[in-house]
Amino acid sequence: MNFRDLFHYFFNFKFFIITLPDLLRGLVVTVEIAALSLTLGFVLGLVLAVIRVTLKHSGTAGVLRILNFPLVVYIDVLRAIPPLVTLIVVYYALPFINITIPRFWAAVLTFVVILSAFAEEIFRATIEAIDRGQIEAARSLGLSYLQSMAYVVIPQAFKIALPPLTSRMIAVTKDVSLASVIGVADLLKKARAAQSLYANPTPLFSAALLFTLFFLPLVRLSMYIEKKLAE
Amino acid sequence: MESIIYNFFNVEVMIRARYLLWLGLQVTLKLAFLSLLLAILVGLFLAVLRNLRIPLLNALIIIYVDLFRALPTIVLFMLVYFTWPYFGISLPRYWSAVVALTINGGAYFEEIFRAGIESIDKGQTEASRALGLSFTQTMFSVILPQAVRVVLPPATSNALELIKTTVLASVIALPELMKQAQQAHGSLANPTPLIMAALIFLVLLWPLVRLTGYLERRFAK
Repeated sequence: MNFRDLFHYFFNFKFFIITLPDLLRGLVVTVEIAALSLTLGFVLGLVLAVIRVTLKHSGTAGVLRILNFPLVVYIDVLRAIPPLVTLIVVYYALPFINITIPRFWAAVLTFVVILSAFAEEIFRATIEAIDRGQIEAARSLGLSYLQSMAYVVIPQAFKIALPPLTSRMIAVTKDVSLASVIGVADLLKKARAAQSLYANPTPLFSAALLFTLFFLPLVRLSMYIEKKLAE
Repeated sequence: MESIIYNFFNVEVMIRARYLLWLGLQVTLKLAFLSLLLAILVGLFLAVLRNLRIPLLNALIIIYVDLFRALPTIVLFMLVYFTWPYFGISLPRYWSAVVALTINGGAYFEEIFRAGIESIDKGQTEASRALGLSFTQTMFSVILPQAVRVVLPPATSNALELIKTTVLASVIALPELMKQAQQAHGSLANPTPLIMAALIFLVLLWPLVRLTGYLERRFAK
């Protein structure tokens, strides 16, 4: 092992340039899956949290509380099972019962449901941390239940939810690279293909570099938000 | 309904796949315990080291932590297993997985332990040192026991994440639970083993999910 070997295998400039356009196309797919999963997962998590808080405080409507049970199961199952397992079940097992989802959407679906489970937990905890007096005051001022949630409680809860939510969103975005396992042509898949084609690991190293360049600002941002809100 | 039972909960397939899955589960458990232990040790060591406030050393620790918190874990698995051999470091699959999980988990544990150590008032260190305790004694008998309260909830949640991450070893073909399930799925042409693997993870990790939630609520006050 000497420096020439290092440059030949890891920073091989020729292979770096040749494979870069393809890797960037892969990065676009990664970003697409991430953007869709984050947006939909975030919204679904918020909706589930509002439903669960509402069920908890629905007073005498005891029958409705039965609905709470399937939601708890949904959330706990998705938090306990590793994302790769969920992804493989969605893509390889569901077609046996005639539910066939294309790779791209199987990945999106998986990450949406996983993020929604984690986001629900975070939103619910923070919504419950907001004083009940807030919603009572909003209601007595004539706002409907949903209005007081949307304009009074959620904006306040959002501020507390932000740090854990950002770090969870980063975790889910990093998991997007698992989609390569079911054959989605994302950054990692492209890098692996180029690596075998040229029998040189430079593309894998370039992919690691692209991932790091992409995520490092996000990791730093989440630490910044955490510090800022802790003050 | 019949199709769901035949394809997802097929008793005959379960019986035929049980030995493979049992082998896989053993590998998963060994991998999880060893990596968790090593990651905690690495994290603790680096957090204590960082508390010494040696500028160059701290810069290196920060680079390590940031880098591996930013890099997707599956990429790390592939880097260790597929590229290290070009350098003449050929680790078997199992040890590649242990190394990847330790490097990745260590970065997260370092952050958690550091936050815990920093949550303890500096006066505590000064008082202990003034009483004649060495740096190591101060750390292990005064600071760390108090930091447990702050450290326990995020550390439990991180341990859960690390155990979940062991399935990534299947992408470098280590015969752990998920790989064995996929193999059984392939040879028996029935996805029941995949569902079984998911259920085994659920049974194994569900208590930890609950514990995480409990600790977060308990120590939030």
